[in-house]
Amino acid sequence: MDKSTAHFLKQRLTALANIPLALFFLYALMTHADADYETMRAFLSNPLVSAALLGFIVSALWHMYLGMQIIIEDYIHGEALKLFVLALNFLFCLSVGFVSLLSALRIWTG
Amino acid sequence: MVQLTLPRNSRPTEGRVWEAPADAKDVRVFQVYRWSPDDEENPRIDSYHVDLATCGPMVLDALIKIKNEMDSTLTFRRSCREGICGSCSMNIDGTNTLACIKSIEEIKGTVKVYPLPHMPIVKDLVPDLTHFYEQYSSIEPWLQTHTAEPSDEWRQSPEEREKIDGHYECILCACCSTSCPSYWWNSERYLGPAALLQAHRWLEDSRDELTDERLDRLEDSFRLYRCHTIMNCAKACPKGLSPAKAIAGIKRKLVEREI
Repeated sequence: MDKSTAHFLKQRLTALANIPLALFFLYALMTHADADYETMRAFLSNPLVSAALLGFIVSALWHMYLGMQIIIEDYIHGEALKLFVLALNFLFCLSVGFVSLLSALRIWTG
Repeated sequence: MVQLTLPRNSRPTEGRVWEAPADAKDVRVFQVYRWSPDDEENPRIDSYHVDLATCGPMVLDALIKIKNEMDSTLTFRRSCREGICGSCSMNIDGTNTLACIKSIEEIKGTVKVYPLPHMPIVKDLVPDLTHFYEQYSSIEPWLQTHTAEPSDEWRQSPEEREKIDGHYECILCACCSTSCPSYWWNSERYLGPAALLQAHRWLEDSRDELTDERLDRLEDSFRLYRCHTIMNCAKACPKGLSPAKAIAGIKRKLVEREI
């Protein structure tokens, strides 16, 4: 598949995935608004809950990465600056995803 | 980088005021963008006080009246005066449209007339459309086939013919492309709504056999995918067409080809 069409499809698919995943994230926040640390930890250590929340982070970050890439390409025309900002976008999304994964692993492994 | 402000020598200044005759009955002010390559002046906005009692109903009628009776230096394109040639496309009252089918009555207060946005200007209301036409030419807007030409005619059923409704009516006035922010920022590489509407016209034509080759040429993150479905094109089109829908059709064909 040509990467321009693949990019277009990935943007739409992550957008679709974001709908249920974001709703679950909101549900998790609302139902645990007054939970203490141990209750929250116990909730997050459930593999299904954890998978859904990690899924939300990965899907939302991926969607954000693709969207920001388009915005940067739209507005920044100098090649050097564009490549630098595109790299920043990639590194930011990668590091937020990495930290989130590490946090989930820590909760699972106690 | 995108420019958010106009360069100093492009900022319009206040221009001349052309008063209506003393016996004018129904005066309306037309503020018109003026710029000439013959001097070093900034663009200016001239105000023409036009007597609507002695003027036709459309904005083009007023522009012709101004040129004939008030200021012969005012420059604009016009031809058919019935919305079929696309020559008099300009920005009127904030929207790209054809001066010949835009009624003065529809506009409240001062009538502001500017050239099509974000295009190089030749003079006054005349934009340079060279690049726009080159983009149209790049989509090869003619019938292309592998099979030999039939001795009588290429046949097409009424149902197949209906598929190019909403496409063939395009008069290439450039109202859509020049209303598109994506085209403003990236017109060197993005084909724009008008060229893409025509590209879709040939993809939809049952007689054309080069669909795959046409799709291959369109499949590019700039040529096609700079369309972000902003929809200004559909809003601006004076013929009531929807280039946005046609572009969505091209994207759909590309996705269907892959799946």
